[in-house]
Amino acid sequence: MSFLTLEHVSHHYFSKTGYTKALEDISFSLKEGEFVALLGPSGCGKSTILSIIAGIIKQTEGKVLLEEKPIQESKLAIGYMLQEDYLFPWKTIIDNVLIGPKINQKPTNEWKDTAIKMLKEVGLTDVQNNYPSSLSGGMRQRAALVRTLVNDPKILLLDEPFSALDYQTKLKLEDLVGKLLKNYHKTAILVTHDIGEAIAMSDRILVMRSNPGSISKTFEVPIEIRQATPLNARKHPKYQPLFDKVWEELDRREGGVK
Amino acid sequence: MKNDEQLFENYLKKSKRENNIVTMWQFIILFAFFVLWEFSSRLYWIDPLLFSSPSRIFELLFERFSNGSMFTHLSVTLFETILGFIIGTIGGVILATLLWSFTRFSKIMDPYLVVLNAMPKVALGPIIIVALGPGYSAIITMGFLVSVVITTLTVYSAFNEVDPNYSKVLKSFGATRWQCFKEAVFPATMPTMISMLKVNVGLSWVGVIVGEYLVSKQGLGYLIIYGFQVFDFTLVMSSLVIIAILAAIMYKVVEKLEGWLIKHTT
Repeated sequence: MSFLTLEHVSHHYFSKTGYTKALEDISFSLKEGEFVALLGPSGCGKSTILSIIAGIIKQTEGKVLLEEKPIQESKLAIGYMLQEDYLFPWKTIIDNVLIGPKINQKPTNEWKDTAIKMLKEVGLTDVQNNYPSSLSGGMRQRAALVRTLVNDPKILLLDEPFSALDYQTKLKLEDLVGKLLKNYHKTAILVTHDIGEAIAMSDRILVMRSNPGSISKTFEVPIEIRQATPLNARKHPKYQPLFDKVWEELDRREGGVK
Repeated sequence: MKNDEQLFENYLKKSKRENNIVTMWQFIILFAFFVLWEFSSRLYWIDPLLFSSPSRIFELLFERFSNGSMFTHLSVTLFETILGFIIGTIGGVILATLLWSFTRFSKIMDPYLVVLNAMPKVALGPIIIVALGPGYSAIITMGFLVSVVITTLTVYSAFNEVDPNYSKVLKSFGATRWQCFKEAVFPATMPTMISMLKVNVGLSWVGVIVGEYLVSKQGLGYLIIYGFQVFDFTLVMSSLVIIAILAAIMYKVVEKLEGWLIKHTT
């Protein structure tokens, strides 16, 4: 049984001067606990797919099913992480982290213990009562990660969450996210334009092309790479051949641009 | 170590000295202004009947304050201004919230708001007085009307300029539009609303003084008009001095409030 299914999903953006077809006939499915990466050039509609799955915008055509039910009817929590952390500057870290339970009017006291435990796991115990402005970029993104996870989402949507960080912080955070997702057995979709990141983190890579956004090819990541942490995956002998194949596919698609 | 501290002390001394020079010049200008005014009035360089003199103003204020008659006027005007200011600011924020809540409503209201904003609100004075009767309510309405439209428009546009990704985060947790407003849009707009307070202090004074010109039997605006009609310009000048002092105090209080709000809300 597939956990998340997209069937022939298309999406149009309308404006007074015309319309753009952002997505055309997107179909794929995820099993529970699977980690899929959407890889493609900017403007290929990667983020639009995430917004549709998150229920923030509604697709113009096609079906999105979560556990066999349309996404709007599903009561399952969805976690969404954006490129920037978007922590609320007027809330302390702990209050930021507890915003999910607060929105869903759950008793915050019970959730506070979970939140404190998770903050400890990512090494933010000392700063939980500070405001986001006093934290570094990596710390802020870790806090945003806890904010997403504390709500116990069944599926995690990651919209280039590491792209605004410096390289070292990015690799460390990839390891942390990989570890947490495995530990909590989360299903996740990662949107990225970084080939290395897609290979190192995911089980399957969907390469997209633009105008209109659609899936051009799917790559399975070898089991050996999947089992390694993102940092070690990059050193695996099977890493470079896959990288080259994905590169070739992307290059072929963008050939016209050159 | 000692050297570092010496440098720091030197820096402190220097900045203190600079502050002292600025304050000194501020007092010199104030003093020079009053001295020049007094002398030119006594030497008939300017007509003392029209421009009065600091000594006469001081005499009149002393007399009016000691028999208590100034307090009535002062407190009436102050009361009207503060009330107009509060209603104008809060009303503006509430109206902006309504516009934000109902997108279609805000589209419909757009041309009316543009006209209302462009229109000099004090021109509505006579109509307000006819409608509400010549009393406090008409004057407070003037004080509030001058500030409410600009507050509404400024706060509403600030609501719309809040980064939509904050709402996106909340929506992914299943937040309703109202929850997005409460948790993201409203707190993010707090700095705009706070800076609006300062603007509104000045605007409310305009509304109230003009309102008093038109109707009242009391208040500082009334004293100015009365003094003008009986050609007692010492009274006019005295009222102006009082208004200047009160407006400055109110501005400073709001500034303190602003500092406190920024510290506790953002």
